[in-house]
Amino acid sequence: MASVTAGVAMSHVPAIGAALDNGRSADSYWVPLFSGFEYSKRWIATNPPDVIFLVFNDHASAFSLEMIPTFAIGCAESFSPADEGWGPRPVPTVVGYPELAGHIAQSVIQQDFDLTIVNRMDVDHGLTVPLSLMFGQPQQWPCRVIPFAVNVIQYPPPSGQRCFQIGKAIRRAIDSFDQDLTVQVWGTGGMSHQLQGPRAGLINKEFDRRFLDGLVSDPETIARMPHIEYIREAGSEGVELVMWLIMRGALAPDVREIHRFYHVPASNTAVGHLILENA
Amino acid sequence: MPPTKPYSNIPGTTVFDADQAHKGYHLNMFCISLMKEANRERFKADERVYLDEWPMTGEQKQAVLARDYNRMIALGGNIYFLAKIFSTDGKSFVYAAALMTGVTQEQYAQMMLDGGRSVEGNRYVGEKH
Repeated sequence: MASVTAGVAMSHVPAIGAALDNGRSADSYWVPLFSGFEYSKRWIATNPPDVIFLVFNDHASAFSLEMIPTFAIGCAESFSPADEGWGPRPVPTVVGYPELAGHIAQSVIQQDFDLTIVNRMDVDHGLTVPLSLMFGQPQQWPCRVIPFAVNVIQYPPPSGQRCFQIGKAIRRAIDSFDQDLTVQVWGTGGMSHQLQGPRAGLINKEFDRRFLDGLVSDPETIARMPHIEYIREAGSEGVELVMWLIMRGALAPDVREIHRFYHVPASNTAVGHLILENA
Repeated sequence: MPPTKPYSNIPGTTVFDADQAHKGYHLNMFCISLMKEANRERFKADERVYLDEWPMTGEQKQAVLARDYNRMIALGGNIYFLAKIFSTDGKSFVYAAALMTGVTQEQYAQMMLDGGRSVEGNRYVGEKH
């Protein structure tokens, strides 16, 4: 049977992708950021997943204002890097897993969570930057990826509680897939940041630390945090952190914290990163 | 009576809710069009002519021409959509953030290196440090 073995969380800043793509990762500005993922690259080389269930948000790339699905699961054979306004990132095409994605969609919908099924979706930096941080710059991504897009652009995003619960449903769906597969669930976005208006540049290290601690050891409490607290304390774009709760919901109640990294800044953003394994 | 907006008292912050999304629909859809190279070229060749193809308000068009991102946000623009404009200009999020906060890009980048803008005094409109 398939099983969820680990959860990974990280921020997904576009400038990180640009630094890698343009050969600037050795610049003094970027060295501290990339050094925080050195351990992670070794860890994933020794714990390679067959599939990554990758929770991210689209940034007005695949979804305009014409359609705004709250939860969308990518069921296609493959997903191309999106042109976000400066040409697509020079990264490999993402290979999907239609059979498992279709199974998860069916199972999760039958558990009362109404997903949108997407068979064509270009994937932007929200999905490709996390892959780059963990795998570097390979010719092909080393595993299959099921993209799971969450609306955090038009208010309101799904609640933290809803994200936590859907994570649990995704775990049950994966557990019931009749093939021996190692699956990791990744949650991306955050941490504190605000990209718009006169309050742009907001960072709240204390909030971020409490969120990281709580996500590991007391996710039930973190899941009850209302949107307004994310926005007020962690910036208008900090609300992306609800997506980390999907990852956490897909893990066991007790987890081992394998790795933690936190760095300010990457462009406008506080970068947080966790690797969690089921205890 | 419309529902109350608990986020309306956060300083310097516009939450992109249904009202903003409605107001900014055509502005944001114009931004989306800049994801195609051919459209970027046409926009760069004559911005005014390109903008006139979209059913945006005169104010919205003027804000785009002036690259006044705070004004575009007030008129319904969402930063991830507006990013297509400054990406077309070859500019970064840091460049746009510096513009919106009224400092030079160097000053803004230094603030971020120093740990970012503190939340203290920035939670509520009128809050004292």
